[in-house]
Order: sequence, then structure tokens, then C-alpha cells
Amino acid sequence: MSSKQQRRLGPSRTGTTHFWHQRLTAIALIPLTLFFVGLLPNLAGATHREFVTLMHFPVTPILLVLLVGVGLWHMKLGLQTIIEDYVHGEGCKLALQITMTFGTVLLGVAGVIALVMLAAMPPA
Amino acid sequence: MADARNRPLSPHLQVYRPQITSVLSITHRATGIVLSLGSVFLVLWLLAAAAGPRSFEIAQDCAGSWLGYAFLFCFSVALFYHLLNGIRHLFWDTGHGFELATATRTGWAVVIGAVMLTAVAWILGLRIVGGL
Repeated sequence: MSSKQQRRLGPSRTGTTHFWHQRLTAIALIPLTLFFVGLLPNLAGATHREFVTLMHFPVTPILLVLLVGVGLWHMKLGLQTIIEDYVHGEGCKLALQITMTFGTVLLGVAGVIALVMLAAMPPA
Repeated sequence: MADARNRPLSPHLQVYRPQITSVLSITHRATGIVLSLGSVFLVLWLLAAAAGPRSFEIAQDCAGSWLGYAFLFCFSVALFYHLLNGIRHLFWDTGHGFELATATRTGWAVVIGAVMLTAVAWILGLRIVGGL
């Protein structure tokens, strides 16, 4: 047994990091989800001007950036587990994990940049 | 190294008789996938808003269409189920609630809670929007 395994990190050398991050993001997502659900009726049918006005309250872009960031992190951890469990064949599994991770990062960057742009838009 | 290829993976689902606990467990994953799909649409919607009023109007028309509302409804059911069952998971992480009777009871509570939260959210939401 290698010394890394003896230091409780196991063969993946990441120990309980995946488990712990999934729980941390889950806890953070409870209030963030409730905020998002409360926000949705205000966004349904809103005009662009109304949406931009809503984004000028600092709390809206701050919580939405957190929702996108923490939510996608949580999503990545969950999808990773689903791929590990149900996709057999090492090549296919690896390809899917890479695609999924890149896709998640792309979504996160796009979402945060869109939110920053919206928060910086001048009031119409 | 030969047995590294034959490591046990997740149970083969088809050999088990469905039970409330196992059905809710797989539903947690299924709703997670629905929410992942929803996050793609959420980011697309934000990008449309960031691009300007014209593209946002198109995005709002899509979201407000019959199909948009159908997807939003599925998304909300998945969201509330995943939220409540996620709290059930966090409760399990404290080491409690594993007795069969308790697991069955909390499972049904999650199902009923998700249905009720969805109903309340849509009734209140549509009232705010002005559809009801």
C-alpha cells in the first residue's frame, strides 16, 4: 500500500472531497433555490427593461451568480457519479466525463458573463 | 491488476423488484438530469437577455409558449422533488432515518411534499403573473 493510501486518501487520492463538496453545495443550494423560485414569477413575462431593473438590485445578480456557480458545481459532481455508475467501457466513460466537465465550465462562464453584462446595463 | 476490470459497479437495476426506496433513489438521479437540462436553458435565457431586448423577447416568447410552460412545469416538479429528497439525504448523512419504516415514511413525505410545493408555487406564481 502506498503512503498516500495510508494517509486515508484512497486509490483516487482525493479521499472524501467529492462527497464533501456535494454536501456543501447541496446545503448552499437550499436557500439559493428558494430565492430562485421566489424570483421566477417576477421574471415570467417580464420585459427586457423590467429584467434589467430587477438586476440593478445588487442582491439579484449576486444570488444569481451564486446559484449558477454553486448549482453547476453540484451538477458536475452528480453527473460525474451517474457516468461512473452507468457508463461501462473505459473509453466511452472518459470521453463523456471530459465532455461533461468542459460543458459545465462553458455553461458557468457563459452564465456568469451574461449576469455581469445584465447588471452593468444602463437603465433604459 | 486483472480484477481491477471486474470491480463491482452499481447494482443491476433490472434484477430488483421495485420498492419505494429504490424508486425514489433512481428518481433523485433522473430529476438531477432534468435539472441539468434546465440549467442549459437557464444559461441560454440569460445569454438572450444579455444580448439585448430583441433576443430576450424571442426567449420570453419561447418560455411563455405552451411547450415552454410544459417544460417549466416538469422543471419545477424535478426541482421540488430533488430539493426535498436532497434534504432527506442530508438527514441520512447525520446517521439517522435508515430504519425501513422511517425511510418509507420520509420517502412518501418527499413525494407528497413535492406535489404540494409544485401546486402552491404554480397557483401563487400564476396569480402574480396574472394568469389566474
